[in-house]
Amino acid sequence: MTRRRGARPAAGGAPAGLTLGRAALFVAPALVLFGVFVLYPMVTAFSYAFYDWRGTARGGFAGLENFTTLFTEAPYADQLPRAFGHNLLFFAGTMLVQNTLGLGFAVLLHRGRRSKRLLQTLYAMPYLVSPLVIGYLWTLLLSPTFGPVNALLEAVGLGSLAQPWLGDPTTALPVIVLISAWQWVGFPVLLYGAALGGLPEELSEAARMDGASSWQVFRRITLPLLLPAIGTVGVLTFIMAMEAFALPYALGGSTGSPAGATDVLSLLFYRTAFESGATNAIGVSSALATVLFAVIFGGAVLATRVLRRQEEAMLR
Amino acid sequence: MSDVVQTATALPVGVAVDERPPSRRPRRRRGAGPVVASGLLWGYAVVAVAPLLVMVVSSLRPTRELYDQPLALPWPLSVESYRTAWTEASFGTYFLTSLLVTVGAVLLSTAVATLAAYGLARSRSRVMRGLEALFLSGLMLPIHLAILPIFYLLDGFGLVDSRLGLTLVYAAAGVPFSVFVLTTFFRQLPLDLEEAARIDGAGAFATFRHVMLPLVRPAMATVLVFRFVPVWNDFLYPLVLLRSSEKYTLPVGLTTFFGEYQTDWSTLFAGLVIATLPLVLLFVLATRQIVAGLTAGMGR
Repeated sequence: MTRRRGARPAAGGAPAGLTLGRAALFVAPALVLFGVFVLYPMVTAFSYAFYDWRGTARGGFAGLENFTTLFTEAPYADQLPRAFGHNLLFFAGTMLVQNTLGLGFAVLLHRGRRSKRLLQTLYAMPYLVSPLVIGYLWTLLLSPTFGPVNALLEAVGLGSLAQPWLGDPTTALPVIVLISAWQWVGFPVLLYGAALGGLPEELSEAARMDGASSWQVFRRITLPLLLPAIGTVGVLTFIMAMEAFALPYALGGSTGSPAGATDVLSLLFYRTAFESGATNAIGVSSALATVLFAVIFGGAVLATRVLRRQEEAMLR
Repeated sequence: MSDVVQTATALPVGVAVDERPPSRRPRRRRGAGPVVASGLLWGYAVVAVAPLLVMVVSSLRPTRELYDQPLALPWPLSVESYRTAWTEASFGTYFLTSLLVTVGAVLLSTAVATLAAYGLARSRSRVMRGLEALFLSGLMLPIHLAILPIFYLLDGFGLVDSRLGLTLVYAAAGVPFSVFVLTTFFRQLPLDLEEAARIDGAGAFATFRHVMLPLVRPAMATVLVFRFVPVWNDFLYPLVLLRSSEKYTLPVGLTTFFGEYQTDWSTLFAGLVIATLPLVLLFVLATRQIVAGLTAGMGR
C-alpha cells in the first residue's frame, strides 16, 4: 500500500523503483539458496514416495505401492494408526490445557495489571528453551528414584501420588501433553492479550450497564469476538502437535517408550527412514512423510477455511 | 532494565482501565476476586519458572547431595559439574560448533534476505510478485519432512557430516521468514531518500548500501534474533546430517551425553544449562534492540 503511494514518478524524473534486471540481481542469492536447499528437496521429497528403493539406489516407478505397504504391512500397519492417534491426543490435550489456561491468564492480565509485562515474560520463558532440553529436564525432574517432583509430593504429604510418571504407559502420554502445554502456554497468553487489546470496549460496557455479570460478558461478548484468535492458536497448535519430535524423543526415545505409549508420526518416520534397515526404507518413509504433509497442510487449510466462514457468519 | 521500559509503556493502559465509571468500580472490585486472580497469576508464574530454576540450582550442587536432599538450597556452590560437562563430556566442542553453525546460518540468511527484500519491495514487475509468493510459500512448508532429499543433496556435494552443510540448510530454511519481515519493513520506508540519492548520481547498489542499509538495521536485528532461537534449538537436522561426535551440535551432544552420564545428575543439569544459556543471554541483550526497533517504527 505504502509502496504504491511512494511509487509515483518522482519530480526529478529519476526512476522510482528498480528495473526488473536490477531487482533480479538483488533477489538472486536468496533465490539460489532457497531453491537449492528448500524448494528442490521439498519437491523431490514427494517424488521419492512413488519409487521403489534399494538402499540408496532408486529403482523403478512404484505407483502407490509404498503407500500400500505403509497401510497394510507390519510393522507400519499397526504403528501408523497408533502413532496418529497419539498425535491427535497430543493436539486435543495441548489445545485444551494450553488454550484454556492461556485464555484465562490473558483475560485476568487484561484487567489493567501493572505487572502484566513481567508476568507475560515469565510465562514465555519455557519456550525459549529447546524442546529437547525441556524433555531431558523433565526426565530428571520426574525420575521415580530421586526426582524432585516425587520428593515434593512426599514433602507435602501426598507421597501416595508419587509414581514413575514416564515409565507407566497410562501416564506417559498425558504427562508429555502437560509438559508441552507448560512450555507453550506463554504463546496464547501473548496472542490473546493482543487480541483483547484490540476489542472495542463499548460492547462489554453496554452489556455491563444492562446488568450483565462478568461471566456473561465474557461468555456472550468477549469469547465470540476472540474466535479468530482462538482459531489461529488452534491451527498453530495443530501444526506443532503433528510435527512434534524433539520432546517425545527426549522423553521416550526413538521408539516412544514405554511400550510405544508415546510414539508419534515423526518418530515413526525417523525410525523407518534411519533405523529400520529395511531395503525400501526410503520409499516407505517418504510415503509416510507425504501422508504427514497432507494431514498437516490439509488440516491447516481446512481449519482456516471453516474459521473464516464462521467469522463471516458472525459478522452478518 | 528492559522490563522497566516495558512496564512504563504498559502503564497508560492500566490507568485507562481504572477510569471506568465510578459507580461500576466498587462492584467489580468487591470481594476476593482480585486477590484470587493475583494469586492464580503469580502462582502460575512460579509453575512456569520453577523447573528452570531447579535446573540451574541443581547444576550447582554435587550429585550425591541431589540424591540425599532433592529440594535443598545449594550451599556451598560447586561448579565442578560444569567443568566435567565442558571438558570431559566435550560440551566445549559442541558449544563451539553450535555457535559457529547458528551464527553463520542467521548471518547468511539475513544477508541474502535483506538484498532480496529490497529487490522485491522496490520492483513493480510481475515476476517479482511471483517470486515473493514463492518465498512466502516456504513459511508453510514443514521442511523437516524433506530431510531425506536434503541428506542425499548434501551427500552429492560432499557436505554430509560437515558444519558447512548444516549451516547452508539452516540459512536456506530461514529465508522465507526473513524475506517476509524485511520486505514488509522496506515497503514502509518512504521512497524520497532513495530518489534523492539517485538524483545525486548514486547507482542502485550504492543507494542500497549507503541509504537503505542503515535504515533497515532494526528489522535485520529482529530477524537475526528470531531465527537464532529455532536454529540453536534444532535437533533433527544435526541428528541425521552429522556423523562424527567431534562435530556434534549441543542438541545431538546432549543425547549421547545423557546415555553416558546417566547417574551423574549434577553434570546432566549443567549440560542442560549450557545448552540454554546463549538463548537467555540473547533474550536479555535483544529485548532492548527489539523494543528500540518497535518504537522507531512507531515514531515515524
